[in-house]
Amino acid sequence: MAANYNSADIAAFKNVWVFCEQRQGKLMQTSMELISEGRRLADELHVDLCGILLGDNVADMAKDLGAYGADKIYVCESPLLKDYTTDGYTKVIVDMIEEYKPEVMLFGASNIGRDLAPRCAARLHTGLCADCTHLDVDVEGYVQFLRGASTLDVDSMEWDYANRDLKMTRPAFGGHLMATIICPRFRPAMATVRPGVMKKGKYDAAKAAAVEVIKPEFSLTEADFQTKVLSVEKAARKIVDLIGADIIVSVGRGIASDVEGGIKLGQELADLLGGVLGGSRVTIDSGWLSSDHQVGQTGKTVRPKLYIALGISGSIQHKAGMSESGCIVAVNKNEAAPIFEIADYGIVGDLFKVTPMLIESIKAMRAEKEAR
Amino acid sequence: MKIIVCQKQVPDTSGKVAVNPDGTLNRASMMTITNPDDMNAVEAALKIKDATGCKVIVISMGPPPAEGMLREALAMGADEAILVSGREFGGSDTYATSQILAAAITEIGLDPDDLVICGRQAIDGDTAQVGPQIAEKINVPQISYAADIKLDADGTVTVQRMLEDGFMMIQTHTPCLLTCIKELNKPRYMSVEGIMASYSKPYQVFDYERLKDSPLIDPTTIGLKGSPTNILKSFTPPLKGAGMMLEGNGRETCDKLVGILAEKHII
Amino acid sequence: MDFTLTKEQAMFKKMIHDFTENEIRPIAADTDLTGDYPAETMDKLFDLGIMGMTVPKEYGGAGADGFMSAIAIEEISKVCASTGDIVAGHNGLCVAPILKHGTEEQKQKYLPRLCGKGRKSVGGFCLTEPNAGSDASKCTTVAKLEGDHYVLNGAKIFITSGSEAEVFVVMAMTDPSKGTKGISAFIVENTFPGFSVGKHEEKMGLHGSHTTEIVFTDCIVPKENMLGKEGKGFSLALGSLDGGRIGIAAQSLGIAEGAWNECKEYINSRVQFGKPIAKFQNTQFVMADLYTEIEAARLLLYNACAKQARGERFTVEAAMAKLTCSELAMKATTKCLQFFGGYGYTRDFPMERMMRDAKITEIYEGTSEIQRVVISSNVL
Repeated sequence: MAANYNSADIAAFKNVWVFCEQRQGKLMQTSMELISEGRRLADELHVDLCGILLGDNVADMAKDLGAYGADKIYVCESPLLKDYTTDGYTKVIVDMIEEYKPEVMLFGASNIGRDLAPRCAARLHTGLCADCTHLDVDVEGYVQFLRGASTLDVDSMEWDYANRDLKMTRPAFGGHLMATIICPRFRPAMATVRPGVMKKGKYDAAKAAAVEVIKPEFSLTEADFQTKVLSVEKAARKIVDLIGADIIVSVGRGIASDVEGGIKLGQELADLLGGVLGGSRVTIDSGWLSSDHQVGQTGKTVRPKLYIALGISGSIQHKAGMSESGCIVAVNKNEAAPIFEIADYGIVGDLFKVTPMLIESIKAMRAEKEAR
Repeated sequence: MKIIVCQKQVPDTSGKVAVNPDGTLNRASMMTITNPDDMNAVEAALKIKDATGCKVIVISMGPPPAEGMLREALAMGADEAILVSGREFGGSDTYATSQILAAAITEIGLDPDDLVICGRQAIDGDTAQVGPQIAEKINVPQISYAADIKLDADGTVTVQRMLEDGFMMIQTHTPCLLTCIKELNKPRYMSVEGIMASYSKPYQVFDYERLKDSPLIDPTTIGLKGSPTNILKSFTPPLKGAGMMLEGNGRETCDKLVGILAEKHII
Repeated sequence: MDFTLTKEQAMFKKMIHDFTENEIRPIAADTDLTGDYPAETMDKLFDLGIMGMTVPKEYGGAGADGFMSAIAIEEISKVCASTGDIVAGHNGLCVAPILKHGTEEQKQKYLPRLCGKGRKSVGGFCLTEPNAGSDASKCTTVAKLEGDHYVLNGAKIFITSGSEAEVFVVMAMTDPSKGTKGISAFIVENTFPGFSVGKHEEKMGLHGSHTTEIVFTDCIVPKENMLGKEGKGFSLALGSLDGGRIGIAAQSLGIAEGAWNECKEYINSRVQFGKPIAKFQNTQFVMADLYTEIEAARLLLYNACAKQARGERFTVEAAMAKLTCSELAMKATTKCLQFFGGYGYTRDFPMERMMRDAKITEIYEGTSEIQRVVISSNVL
């Protein structure tokens, strides 16, 4: 840390900065999401929104960041920054923060962001809040957020409406508890934000053209590195097993009229969501699926974040295997099917008609997100 | 050569968690366990011990009951255990915790051929910050999200570091700090012999007095009051009510469902 | 009298509980269905030091106490009584007599492998014969001394792990004229010429634990393999059964607890007449009674363990524990299965397996009637 740098000198820090992550020459979605969110925070604070972009030959990406609302993009280019390394990126970002003193610093909580941000925070002698799902500056906005998101009696609590600290809300205890964290005595207030949580704004070509691109001086040599990247590789599709799956789409007796078609639909939905295909006992007993797909008392007991039951009645044996899933969605022709008793969301309908529509809905939602 | 493993005793948040009527978590309802990623860290160290005969020291910052967890690591095969404990340390955020653990590691002494291994993150804080922050404080390179570790006789460390959709192969040299994920290994069970020996292996407590003079500790930034980050409010999300039957079964219904799931970050 | 677990015992209980949940529970139903010996599990149990765990370190064991062995059998049997049976038979009826009565050479030769050091050998115990069940003294297997070895002829039945064990403690008649005082004990390896495994029993339950006939046809047993003194075989067997009964009591207790645990989960989720059946008083009272009886049985078991640990005679205590725990296993599985209704009778739930497994505990290692004979002959 620079000798004259004092992270406790709050008044010296100004502006909202976003670390704009790029990999292999492509901007990560999280960068655009954070620029959009950062714009909102910068407006509440009445300051500039700046992005910091590291890499080799990446300056062209700056306008795409400007399109979502950044005022300035600081671009630090070097062959030594082509691949992410803790050593290289930490040094440059810390040097830049010490130079420009932003009051807020946001990172995407990707595997890289979660490696980089804590190292920076430790070197900068400041606080960091991880995996934030909600950010506020204005207290009124924060109180409004609490009204909807908590069971707190916000109107009977004392609030300091003048407070301008960044309020960083995030899940803890495996998601059972939400906590709002502040960093009152040091700057920058640093936060990592989960990819996909913040809404990406709309692409504004005019803003893209108007963004100011700055290429500051920085020093980085081989001597700054204690690690070496040997290779960067894409993984072959991992064989995900039911027990570890976050999302499971299961089919049941409801596919009897067209077994092959039903399994195809279920698999398509599962693939689209990055999940695994499961089956109720009847699908295994009838030979439609192999036994490692079985969810239930005699099959596997699963606890995914999302369990979608297509054409499954919800016998007690099946329920015993999935009732503790985070969110249960059921589609069944029979409105009296017991599965609806434990489902969070139910649609009474024919899975052969509803599933394709669900698939289309999901694709449409994703396309709309990408296109912005 | 020795390996220092950092462990944390945490409430078991993966099981049923009870909520008090006032919306706070009923912490007494949760069993305490060794943080799962830390079990992988201990196993990683023990595998290297099996191959090289090195010493494994487990440390933890926590209240006195954390001794039980450290004893279990000794029963798995670790050689020594150190509990870092003191009132002054309580309520520390990750920045504060990493200072204290860094001071403890320095007090033990880190040699050029040593390793520090941590779990990627704890299931209560879920931050994944302490490992990298310790690395910064003790000034060693870090490699996180380790799914495979190779240690050569000359101290070269080669790690498969996971990304969301692939991995990087990264090389560094001891001394360094690694954080590991559950895919790294399957932790061994304590053996009967290990259990019988556990309570006679070296165990000590580092309290505030022992560490306070370390240059790594800034007394104004440890503990609840000193931590750079503070909790403004904590709350539980509204309880899951009865399920919702959606009207109709056409495209609009599906759009509505997908919208709800997306808003809740379930898909 | 303080039965609070020591720190080591508590740590051990946690470990064996985790092991059972992760390694044994997923295959328990299949083990029963296929009747396959759980070889992988046994391998892991050897590696952990559970097999032969009470053997001192100098002979390859972990030097644990009898309590811990009982805890292991209890925890395992909550989930798989077959696996629990294999461990109980091994620790209680093969390892224990060799540890207690073996010469230094015999202990050096056999204990390490029974503890899994080097070769992993499961142990067996051969006492019962077609005409010598409860009346165990009617032993007709003979052992004739011929020079430097004994020649054994005869057949033993209902031998636990008969087809997998490699080391057996065998009771044979060395002097038929002396009645029970003419019975001697031998250590017999399955590789000795003349040793063979006969009929594999098809049983009602405990399918993963293989029960077979063992046939000795001019089986050559070295002279130095006599275990204990000549003519002392019968009292060696009865003494071993005392310890073995603690193991079976632990197994039975585990079955009862396992049934109770499964039942608790079921009654809290099964809704009839508008509420979970756990809310009906009959359910609550029956579960309360069983819980009380399980605790009482546990204390009887621990008391027997404590006496054994102190080196005191524990024959009556072991008999009381085995009698109580085994009858409780039958009662608990029957009553708990009832709460599952029709579902309890199907293979979808583990109840019917637990009930089938429970029955034998009232019979082997001394029937409940024999336990009553032991108790009454000592206390009246």
